[in-house]
Amino acid sequence: MSPADAKSKLEAKFPGIQIQIINNALLMKPEDLIRVVQFLKDSPEFKMNYLSNITAVDYVEYLESVYHLYSIENPPHSTAGPIVLKVRVPRDNPKIPSLVPVFRGAEFQEREAYDMMGIVYEGHPDLRRIFMWEGFEGFPLRKDYTPEDADVLEWEDVEWLEKHGVKVPEEYKQFARQLKDAGKEARAQKPTEKEI
Amino acid sequence: MFGVLRGMGITFKNFVASYFLPRKPNSLETGGMVTLQYPEERLPEKERFRNFPFLIYDTKPDDLRCVACDICAKECPPKCIYIVRDNDEQGRPLKKPKVFDIDFTVCMNCGICEEACPFDAIFMDHEFEVGGPERQQSLVYHMDQLLKPATHFAKIRPTDHVAIEEKRRKEAEKKRAAAQAQPKPPEAKPPQA
Amino acid sequence: MIDEPVLHDTDTLEVNLGPQHPSTHGVFRMNVKLEGETIVSLKPIMGYLHRNHEQIAENMSYLGSMPYTDRLDYFNSMSNNFGYALAVEKLANIEVPERAQYIRVIMAELTRLVNHVSVIGFLLNDLGAFFTPILYAFREREKILDIFEEIAGSRMMCNYLRFGGLKLDLPPSVLDRIKKIVQGFPKFLDEFEGLLTKNEILCMRCQNVGILPYDLAVSASITGPMARASGVNYDIRKIDGYSIYNRLKFRVPLGKVGDVYDRYMIRILEMRQSVWILEQVLKEIPEGPIINPKMAAFAKAPRNFKPPKGEAYGRVEAPKGELGFYLVSDGTPQPWRYHVRAPSFINLTVLEDLCIGHKVADAIIILGSIDIVLGEVDH
Repeated sequence: MSPADAKSKLEAKFPGIQIQIINNALLMKPEDLIRVVQFLKDSPEFKMNYLSNITAVDYVEYLESVYHLYSIENPPHSTAGPIVLKVRVPRDNPKIPSLVPVFRGAEFQEREAYDMMGIVYEGHPDLRRIFMWEGFEGFPLRKDYTPEDADVLEWEDVEWLEKHGVKVPEEYKQFARQLKDAGKEARAQKPTEKEI
Repeated sequence: MFGVLRGMGITFKNFVASYFLPRKPNSLETGGMVTLQYPEERLPEKERFRNFPFLIYDTKPDDLRCVACDICAKECPPKCIYIVRDNDEQGRPLKKPKVFDIDFTVCMNCGICEEACPFDAIFMDHEFEVGGPERQQSLVYHMDQLLKPATHFAKIRPTDHVAIEEKRRKEAEKKRAAAQAQPKPPEAKPPQA
Repeated sequence: MIDEPVLHDTDTLEVNLGPQHPSTHGVFRMNVKLEGETIVSLKPIMGYLHRNHEQIAENMSYLGSMPYTDRLDYFNSMSNNFGYALAVEKLANIEVPERAQYIRVIMAELTRLVNHVSVIGFLLNDLGAFFTPILYAFREREKILDIFEEIAGSRMMCNYLRFGGLKLDLPPSVLDRIKKIVQGFPKFLDEFEGLLTKNEILCMRCQNVGILPYDLAVSASITGPMARASGVNYDIRKIDGYSIYNRLKFRVPLGKVGDVYDRYMIRILEMRQSVWILEQVLKEIPEGPIINPKMAAFAKAPRNFKPPKGEAYGRVEAPKGELGFYLVSDGTPQPWRYHVRAPSFINLTVLEDLCIGHKVADAIIILGSIDIVLGEVDH
């Protein structure tokens, strides 16, 4: 089924819904997502009952969550897919309703997207970090994320080392103190275009 | 009970058969695995086997094929190659590296440097017994350790050697023909970094 | 005279299985709550092998990620290469020559044999059949890995596929050896099945353990042999017909119960189908180029390869399930977004549902039957 067909059918089913077609995907508002997915799953016309993939993309101006839906029924349903759904949310307040009530398979994938991109899936039963450890700051796959520079000692590292009886050279200590006084953290430099 | 007994019969058959397996370093002939006394007995090396890269030179270590173009260092996925171009006395860049280091602790044996090299200067070696007394410095291989003669390459990978020699010969001929057709070639520009 | 039994107050006991535990197939941790020896809750905890594969790939040329995909599911590097190559080919609209398609399918099916045969071995290890079945399995695996080494240069980290084709053509006479392996494989499978399938201990331990119902399997996006053991008729080779699979004849075996035994049996049956596929492909493999000439030009300069702006989702039926790659290109040599849909990661979603109510020893074999590889789970 082409995206245009799917769009017209969804618009007939939900009057007033706003859907755009972008790169063969249906872009919709976050509040419409659950009812659209539920409809796609249950309606005998689509039977999109298999949620293959959830991921998030950082487009700098906004974050986008992408859903790939397929069907596990017999052909022609199964060969009709995928129907790709997209939802865009602002970077400073990324909230999308969770799909876990509709698809159990969303559980880990939404946790992964939350861990890596920081999209909050509202209604997820257990939205924690999945790969990174508890207490990790930042979202590694966002484009503005810079990793911590592991080669530079920060003041907390110096304190920790000295508490454990490691002698820290004076120059490292001074540098760590400078960083602390300036209120900075040691961040790794991204390689410039020339270096790559 | 029958299933267990049948399974035991199969293990017994295999146990007896294991005494009559040919002791050859070839899994297809022996029907699977066979134990070799490793340092003394070795498996034959497959020609395409790749482990760590080495630099190739034709006759003597000074005229190595590498021109320090930095392509391999840029393409290397884990970025384990470090190259500094050599300069002559006037400070003009020469077509050879001054420093060529490969960090074997980082290298992941993918062979992309070999594929990307436009001068056939870097190849994957069969050497796999690489070790050192500590974990950092002894496994960063410098240029003198990486340089190996073309005869070594011909020994480990005869098919590729023939193909590459053929290709280089043709290129040289083409260059010579071009030089003859145009007696005064323009000053060659140093390749861009 | 018999004493009256004294009733003690019992507490739930919280046990961490892993991360350093041989039965968890890697650095995987299960936080288990036990009532006696019965599991009442199980929380999988992962990320010990996390290396942000996706971020590494976003800072790399498209080809540069190819050797990294080998390290996702390190048992099946050829399938991972296949999935990634398919996604990039979809993104940049590249055609693949016929011979390359055939060789790709040979590699993918040999990989499936390697994976299934060793996962059954590991499952039996978890059951307590210590190392006899797995060594039988590894004998076969060894033959196939020798072939991989001869073709691609490395036993496990093959890095063999390229966008639009393959890195190198097959060396001479290797096809004959593949034929020999394929011919001998059914005999090995018969022996392997004679050892295991009707073994009473295996049946008792595996049957009706860890039942995955059809509805849960569909709703939880379970794919691969695990879903098919629950009766979900979904094989991407059939549905998408990618590469040359639409021309090949094979059947999709389906289970009825969805327990550990079915998952074992499905893998055996799938191997028989793979042998069938290999026989057809080996008979018909044509001569010809192995890489699209347009893409061969990029071999010397992978950074010049810039797919047009857009996005693509390529997926293959990897031995563990649906392996998908979602790529977003912004027209530069590096992907803007690179996402892996890792099958064994998503198959773990139902681990808790399968284990609740079973004993600890059953949890180990249920995990073994899901068939996870931590390189892929933690990507």
